[in-house]
Amino acid sequence: MNFDFSDEQKQMRDEARKFLTEQCPPKAVREVLDGKAPYDKALWKGLAEMGFLGVAIPEEFGGAGAGHLELCVIAEEMGRANAPVPFSSTVYLAAEALLLAGSEAQKQKWLRKIASGEAIGTLALFEGKGNPSPKAIKLQASGGTLTGVKKPVPDGAIADFAVVAARTGSTGRDSDISLFLVDLKTGGVEAKSLTNVDPTRGQAELTFNNAKAEPLGAAGDGWSILTQVLDRAAVLLAFEQVGGSDRALEMGRDYALDRIAFGRPIGSFQAVKHMLADMYVSATLARSNCYYGAWALSTNAAELPEAAAAARISATQAFQHCSKNNIQVHGGMGFTWEFDCHMYYRRANATALTLGSLSYWEDQLIDRMRKKNAA
Amino acid sequence: MNFDDTPQEAAFRAEARAWIQANAPKQYEEELRKSSLGRTVLKGANILEVAKAWQKKKADAGWACLHWPKEYGGRGASPIERVIWQQEEGPFGKLSGMFIIGHGMCGPTMMAFAGEEQKRKCLPPLASGEKIWCQLFSEPAGGSDVAGLRTRAERRGDEWIINGQKIWTSGAHYSDYGILLTRTDPTVPKHKGLTMFFLDMKSPGVEVRPIKQASGQSDFNEVYFTDVVIPDSQRLGAVNDGWNVSLTTLMNERMSIGAGVATGFPELFEFCNNLMLGDGPAIEDRSVRSKLANYAVKASGLRYTSMRAISALSKGERPGPENSIGKLVAGSMVQEVAMYALDLQGAAGVLSGPDDAEVAGKFQAMLLRAPGTRVEGGTDEIMRNIIAERVLGLPGDIRVDKDVPFNQIPTKGR
Repeated sequence: MNFDFSDEQKQMRDEARKFLTEQCPPKAVREVLDGKAPYDKALWKGLAEMGFLGVAIPEEFGGAGAGHLELCVIAEEMGRANAPVPFSSTVYLAAEALLLAGSEAQKQKWLRKIASGEAIGTLALFEGKGNPSPKAIKLQASGGTLTGVKKPVPDGAIADFAVVAARTGSTGRDSDISLFLVDLKTGGVEAKSLTNVDPTRGQAELTFNNAKAEPLGAAGDGWSILTQVLDRAAVLLAFEQVGGSDRALEMGRDYALDRIAFGRPIGSFQAVKHMLADMYVSATLARSNCYYGAWALSTNAAELPEAAAAARISATQAFQHCSKNNIQVHGGMGFTWEFDCHMYYRRANATALTLGSLSYWEDQLIDRMRKKNAA
Repeated sequence: MNFDDTPQEAAFRAEARAWIQANAPKQYEEELRKSSLGRTVLKGANILEVAKAWQKKKADAGWACLHWPKEYGGRGASPIERVIWQQEEGPFGKLSGMFIIGHGMCGPTMMAFAGEEQKRKCLPPLASGEKIWCQLFSEPAGGSDVAGLRTRAERRGDEWIINGQKIWTSGAHYSDYGILLTRTDPTVPKHKGLTMFFLDMKSPGVEVRPIKQASGQSDFNEVYFTDVVIPDSQRLGAVNDGWNVSLTTLMNERMSIGAGVATGFPELFEFCNNLMLGDGPAIEDRSVRSKLANYAVKASGLRYTSMRAISALSKGERPGPENSIGKLVAGSMVQEVAMYALDLQGAAGVLSGPDDAEVAGKFQAMLLRAPGTRVEGGTDEIMRNIIAERVLGLPGDIRVDKDVPFNQIPTKGR
């Protein structure tokens, strides 16, 4: 059994960490947090040059052609660094949708641009409140154009193109939904930036007004493709969440060692030690669930739906747990804008919702376990 | 990343599987498989005899204590081979319950500290299950703070005279030998005045009394020592160096990897699949699904954490500290799962008789046993201290008794 990343993959993780430590210090994250830039353009360019944007994109489409295990280790580092770039929307959502359902021409055009850093992509799925569901998709497709409103769309205000879920039927079945590819720069789409709990990752409202769109995948296959895209993104985002959990835990641990109160390091008080031990437990459970998700993702295993849901739930819980208790360990200073704790707290709670909330994934996990049980 | 055996591992697995297939006591397989939590009971058979027979058979064929050297009754196998054996032994591994302390803790301590002649004499019958060993550390005055123990050993020529009381000794009533931690110097700080021995449990002056636990069962004992004589040749380690000796014992306790800790989740999942609530199967209820999902990811997280440790073993590495979370997570989870399963039964959840209770009272029994799980082998709080100090590198507790002679440490809170 070798339920671990290979030495080469670990080496890639080290490279990514070194790169991000240098290119994405907390100061860089704050530029975006404080609204001075919509995302870190220099970092995005650097990620492209390092080959990280196209790590799982085949060479024939301009990528590095490594694989999804390599993408997992990079995702972890992106989460650890709290990188203020549209990595998850572009790489986990748009690129995965293209890889799964894109035509040769679509892949040649857009995957190449993703890998080179020329294009930011996203998935326009949600239309207001609620979790992923075919019934909630009202945006209409007709005659090669789309009309309707999507929100929240992650990184929607800076995206160059979007994969859009649209209604193409009214039978009440999943096959009423189809996917489309929209070049957001050709007119017909209005983007409005929305205030959200994590300003380092933008959210937007996209209004489609007879916007020109080309089909992505076969008509009526939209929901089935989306389900697969969400599962794949769930594993990748879970690695970001695990990276963030570990960093939050480390920050709490370091502060507990340094901070003196009542004449001793606060890390010598059991109340603090036990809180940090519990954070370690959450982060470890999440990491192990993520490894299984990584295996399922990289081998396209039949276990992927269950593994993805488990990784998603476990990593969401861990990041929320570690980031909120990191603030608690820091006490009053943890609640200042000046300390970095809140950046992880914000990111943890935003990523907890991005692909649908915990309750949605809990429901998915039990459905999938039941199916396996019945089989 | 893969779950495949290496060619050597596959060959070992095939050999182990074939031998188990040909030799295991199959008539008990079904019963053993079902007894997933709590203690293993066989109807119409004495489990002690069945277990001893299976252990002896394994020993005769070279399948006992795989990780021990051959000259002491083991196989000289690698850590990963030991894990593969456990996987293949499956439900029959539950028959090893009464040997775990002897094989996992007493044996390694003997190996590290006993004389060569004693090792050759004592270890093979321990490996083969002909002799059962117990561990006599905990006392009424020393549980988590085991170094606070008060059982005295006083030297008289070439012998030591033991007086005192131990508690929570698993299997003392059927054990042949025990390793015993005593106080030999009460005038120095507590960690510096301890000495370790091994002794024959049939020695005059040893009295074993079962403890009736809160669950109503009796799995543990109190052991009283009245002027028990132990020859100095049965001392393990130097006089007053018993604390260091005990660390070897306890370190081995925490190295058990791959055995898999019971969480209660598979039982709860099956229960919720079958239980009908007012408006349909429990598993279709929204709140039930949410609870189940939360337990599911803890159970799978533990399973995959264990696989990560096994992978490290397979590569010849030492597993990382992540495996220390198993007992902490599983212990409190079993308790929560049991409470939740009773909650789902409504008012009738209070019934615990096998005829009236759902699934023969499995969850009621789990509920009543669970508090012990969170205490034995290191309380939840001790486990958190271990993670905080050894994994995260946080400072140890400030110990007010560290430099105080043992006989001057207060013995009453108020």
